[in-house]
Amino acid sequence: MEDIISILVTTVRVSTPLILACLAGLYSERSGIVDIGLEGKLIASAFGAAVVAAVTGSAWAGLLAGIGVSLVFSAVHGLASINFKGNQIISGVALNFLAAGLSTFLGAAWFGRGGNTPPVSGDARFYGIQLPFAAELRDVPIVGPIYSGLISGHAIMTYIAFLAVPVTAWVLWRTRFGLRLRAVGENPKALDTAGMSVSWLRYKALIITSVLVGIGGAYLSIAQAASFTPNMAAGRGYIALAALIFAKWKPVPAMFACLLFGFLEAMQYRLQGVDLPVIGPVPTQAMQALPYILTILLLAGFVGRAIPPKASGLPYVKER
Amino acid sequence: MSARVSLPRWVDIVLLPVLNVTLAFIIGGIVVLVVGENPIEAVRIMLYGAFGYGYGFGFTLYYTTNFIFTGLAVAVAFHAGLFNIGGEGQSYVAGLGALLIAFAVGGLHWALALPLIIIAAGLVGGFWAFIPGWLQARRGSHVVITTIMMNFIATSLMSYLISRILKPANVSSDMSAPIDPVTRLPFLAEWFPLLRNTPANISFFVAIASLFFVYWLIWRTKFGYAIRTMGHNPTAARYAGMSNARLIMLTMAISGALAGMMALNETAGAQGRLMLNYVAGAGFVGIAVAFMGKAHPIGVGLSALLFGVLYQGGQELAFSMPAITREMIVTIQALVILFTGAMSEMLRRPVEIAFLLSRLRSADEGGGR
Repeated sequence: MEDIISILVTTVRVSTPLILACLAGLYSERSGIVDIGLEGKLIASAFGAAVVAAVTGSAWAGLLAGIGVSLVFSAVHGLASINFKGNQIISGVALNFLAAGLSTFLGAAWFGRGGNTPPVSGDARFYGIQLPFAAELRDVPIVGPIYSGLISGHAIMTYIAFLAVPVTAWVLWRTRFGLRLRAVGENPKALDTAGMSVSWLRYKALIITSVLVGIGGAYLSIAQAASFTPNMAAGRGYIALAALIFAKWKPVPAMFACLLFGFLEAMQYRLQGVDLPVIGPVPTQAMQALPYILTILLLAGFVGRAIPPKASGLPYVKER
Repeated sequence: MSARVSLPRWVDIVLLPVLNVTLAFIIGGIVVLVVGENPIEAVRIMLYGAFGYGYGFGFTLYYTTNFIFTGLAVAVAFHAGLFNIGGEGQSYVAGLGALLIAFAVGGLHWALALPLIIIAAGLVGGFWAFIPGWLQARRGSHVVITTIMMNFIATSLMSYLISRILKPANVSSDMSAPIDPVTRLPFLAEWFPLLRNTPANISFFVAIASLFFVYWLIWRTKFGYAIRTMGHNPTAARYAGMSNARLIMLTMAISGALAGMMALNETAGAQGRLMLNYVAGAGFVGIAVAFMGKAHPIGVGLSALLFGVLYQGGQELAFSMPAITREMIVTIQALVILFTGAMSEMLRRPVEIAFLLSRLRSADEGGGR
């Protein structure tokens, strides 16, 4: 039981940035903007959050900075892909490199720690929140470990992430904005004909994307860890993208896909150095590759079919 | 919106790319200023580090070799309208092909082994790109997504193979046993003493030959014509009786094979063994190289040289200006991709307006006379 809970706790922790990035990608891709740049935004916002938290000593200022940096990145992406009708994928790739290069470069120049930012603690970092009655219920069988051990005690971003799932589902399927968002990703011309601004809708989606991924980035550097380290996202932005495809661009399945990929990561830590009969030491590399292999298999059509929003990746050009 | 202004050809081919690259470097210069260093001085140190003396020049050639291969890989796919960002993984797995064939024919003179190594590295690299090609052609899943995934799978697979299987028992770092010195590709220093102690090796000439090969392939063969047609207009290509699916798979395989040639320079040449993470971002640099070079072999060659200079000069720079680390190069690379790839339209408009104005003015002058 203890073992299971501890693996599940790790799963929830490592899934948090995945869920945030994945939902972020969902908004942007539903609006018709492909966002390969999630990885870069995670890195950039993690860096921004860590720098500002370390300098100001306030975790909240760090979080805001993380969101701010990610907004700037989205603005560039929007400019390239909405205004200049550029190639969204190229723009995303460029932003990924920009984040990786600039964060480490500026970090090394400012703090002289080889790209790491100074560690934060106290008010400058987000710690786990003890939910009400968590202490009292700790010894109750079954409920205790699940409530006090698994559900309570996470950083605020984790709760935001899991809350964002039903909220996104509601926004997407039950609100006017959600309807328009889905429409602009499938058939922007229809919205244009109805007198709505395709560009503005897409920018709105990008703003939501930035906020979510910014929270995810801040989680990495000032909640899960205490400082920024180079290339901190370590492919999580891409895993989130894989999860989004896996979930066929739907919010609740997206959460489960992220939890699955998070569980694989948790198992990877767990099985490090464990000897299995026949195989010997567990090849952790196989588990690292598993999310990608699963996604490839899905895309190959062995596990159902994934069809992206119809207009995704295409700049919208008004008829002249 | 107004109609497109028709610009002279040289503006599209030379002026706009040069302006975009200049813009990328100006922003890079501003970043250098932000950390309190002098960008002009930085460029001077870089140029000296890259060309000023034989040792530096050898390294410039060595980096350029890698970037020609990875740049051509992206360029070939680009002509077919495909964006292969999997060069990183394709080069990495190709190292396995190069290593295994070099082991298999160990002791064979390098001149005889070279064609075999080219074939083996090309086959493995090509296979790794063929999978995304197949997925795109037959399953309609975007090659960008799948090549990213394949990069990660390559990293995991190769790290497993190198650290668990290929690593000799008596070696502590993650690398394979060395290739037989007779089979290993020779350093250029054997013929050019100026380049002694540098990793530049004869794969540089293979890279130059690849530039000619790609030119021939894209502009002088039926296949090249077909993929350019598909790249411009897939529907037209299909109506013209071309099999888009076949073209996609073949193009990706050729693209991957070109990326795989990097294994010649590294695994079979400079290192003479398979090292963990030996590609070290060169596959991604290829993206910047291809965009900057407008996917033309001449452009690719020149931009590969530019990035070779940045890499080697950047090392030199890191000694003299400790505030400027290697990551500055990644930043420049990002800016180059952004301005020449994604935002190439940004400067087009002002240039169009400038041309329009100058034309109007010359028309006025003509009328007044």
